[in-house]
Amino acid sequence: MSSDFAKRDGVRSWGRTSNHSQHVARPRFRDELNGLIGDAEASSRLASGLRRSYGDSCLNSDGALIDMRGLDRLIAFDDRTGTLCAEAGASLSQILAFSAPRGWFLPTTPGTRFVTLGGAVANDVHGKNHHAAGSFGRHIESIGLLRSDGARRILSPTAEPDLFAATIGGLGLTGIIEWAELRLERIASAYLDVETIPYRCLAEFWALAEQSAENFEHTVAWIDCVSRGTKFGRGLFSRANWRADDALDAHDDRTWKSIPCDAPVFLLDRLAIAGFNELYYRKSCARRGLRRQHYASYFYPLDALRGWNRLYGRRGMFQYQCVIPRSEAREAIAILLDEITRSGQASFLAVLKTFGELASPGLLSFPRAGVTLALDFPNRGMDTLRLMSRLDAIVEEARGALYPAKDGRMTGKMFRHSFPRWREFVVHRDPAMSSDFWRRVSS
Amino acid sequence: MTRAGKRIVILGAASAIAEATARIWAREGARFILVGREKSRLDAIADHLRLLGAAQAHPLVLDCATADAGAELAAMLKALGGLDVMLLAYGLLGEPKRLETEPAAAAELMQTNFCSAAAWCLAASAILERQRSGVLLVIGSVAGDRGRRSNFVYGASKGGLARLVEGIAHKLAPVGARAVVVKPGFVDTPMTAGVAKKGLLWADPDTIARVIARAAERGGPTVYAPAFWRWIMLAIRHLPAPVFNKLDI
Repeated sequence: MSSDFAKRDGVRSWGRTSNHSQHVARPRFRDELNGLIGDAEASSRLASGLRRSYGDSCLNSDGALIDMRGLDRLIAFDDRTGTLCAEAGASLSQILAFSAPRGWFLPTTPGTRFVTLGGAVANDVHGKNHHAAGSFGRHIESIGLLRSDGARRILSPTAEPDLFAATIGGLGLTGIIEWAELRLERIASAYLDVETIPYRCLAEFWALAEQSAENFEHTVAWIDCVSRGTKFGRGLFSRANWRADDALDAHDDRTWKSIPCDAPVFLLDRLAIAGFNELYYRKSCARRGLRRQHYASYFYPLDALRGWNRLYGRRGMFQYQCVIPRSEAREAIAILLDEITRSGQASFLAVLKTFGELASPGLLSFPRAGVTLALDFPNRGMDTLRLMSRLDAIVEEARGALYPAKDGRMTGKMFRHSFPRWREFVVHRDPAMSSDFWRRVSS
Repeated sequence: MTRAGKRIVILGAASAIAEATARIWAREGARFILVGREKSRLDAIADHLRLLGAAQAHPLVLDCATADAGAELAAMLKALGGLDVMLLAYGLLGEPKRLETEPAAAAELMQTNFCSAAAWCLAASAILERQRSGVLLVIGSVAGDRGRRSNFVYGASKGGLARLVEGIAHKLAPVGARAVVVKPGFVDTPMTAGVAKKGLLWADPDTIARVIARAAERGGPTVYAPAFWRWIMLAIRHLPAPVFNKLDI
């Protein structure tokens, strides 16, 4: 391995369940990348960003990582069309700090702004406005991709449609995404009108989701995955629209709140988690109704608490995110929830969201019409893995899919089931690129 | 000197610390001449700085270690119409073992880190004295505070430079101009990428950049980055030799 790569400990993904050391190079300029990708005869390469993926899709223990965070520059911005071109390592936080005061916002955003542009493309991320805007990849005009043969390809839906479709959601396996061109969306305020409505059961959730899709740009729900009996399926539905009050205040990344060390085990005790859930539900019920909220606290509540993943203690956590097609959704979500509450393993963070009909552009894109459920499980070893296997069976039966960005354990069979176009994808994969995730699901 | 529209020359503009500092100044509408060796890198940095708000960002390809400092700086001064800040951020770290055994390598490091840097500092000092305003910022190192067996050739080059900047600061003080040597401790940059374990003493370039940007406004002639290094280096400088000699640092 070339001297540009240094062996580093503590390079982990967000779930923190594995802790292998990684060989990492940290380039700062595009001209350095040729040398890093070109000598990959002995071992594979993977470009990585802020490593907010939960499992192993952003790790490459057998090969080496090319940490793209040093390539974080804006390249060009057209303030008439809102088209922004930036290096792949630029974070969504940086992009917003630039664009929000100028009246432009991300076309859609995941629940953290601490992901890179390259990562958002490579995972074709989605947000609370999926029913209105579709996935992130729908708003990408073009991508600069460096292949291991040294070729610099410029991909767009028209120029190289096949490689473009493979690279959107392609988990970084088609080459190094050097830059991307993104169409931003006009905003007239940095604030939203947010309405929070408690629901007592799943039937009420479905009714709220249906009513809200047309008149609200952003919808999402928190669901209690712990309570059973009369409280089964309760939660909080949130819906929001942008305001138009010309207050274009950017967010501030400085915060005093951070989790400096791993949380002690008793915080993950079932009783403690049930207590948090009850408290959160009651507190939010008391604050129901309409509120004005800044985009940072609405879209990124957890970003205010640095390193919140350490709350899951030394053993880390798994996240489970599936999507169920609309026709099967009501039945399957109820069965999943029953299985999860019965296991008593769920934690506080669980999200339910309906996806709209807008097609995702990637061969391996996760978002598709239906309903997505995402929740965290503290890592309790085999118990947790067995539970997730039981959930897999329900998802498979309902013709659903799992989300690679959140996954650290799905089987190859489940992957092929989730992404029926995987054969087309394999043709476009760059032979020098690989990841722990890819080796697992392709073997 | 107004906050907006500062006229700034950065030598070694493609270094991680220099770029992070330039981003702070760009948001205040600064006008830059960015000096470095590789055009494509300077261009990428300049595009970004302009988008952040820089009124001007002009890349200039030059090898600072061999350039004619006086003539080049005079031309830059003319282009900018004055000089509010010069940041000297280029330098070599070198391989300590090689520096001790190969005189040519040590000479090259001295030429880059001290001799050429001194020429730029003296040229800037003359301009600031004439203007009776402006600040010279020089990136030194805590390694220059006391010679240690782990990297004393590098340390000597940075130590010598610190003495020079101190002297310039003393000379400029009566006319109201300033010179500051900023001494970072351990910084996590490509220059130090070979170090695998990075503990609490390590800072990122953005932290150092904030210290440098503050030094452009006030303070000096010696500023540690982050500030706690002042106390660490105070202790190290005053360790009696018998104790110091037992430390493998």
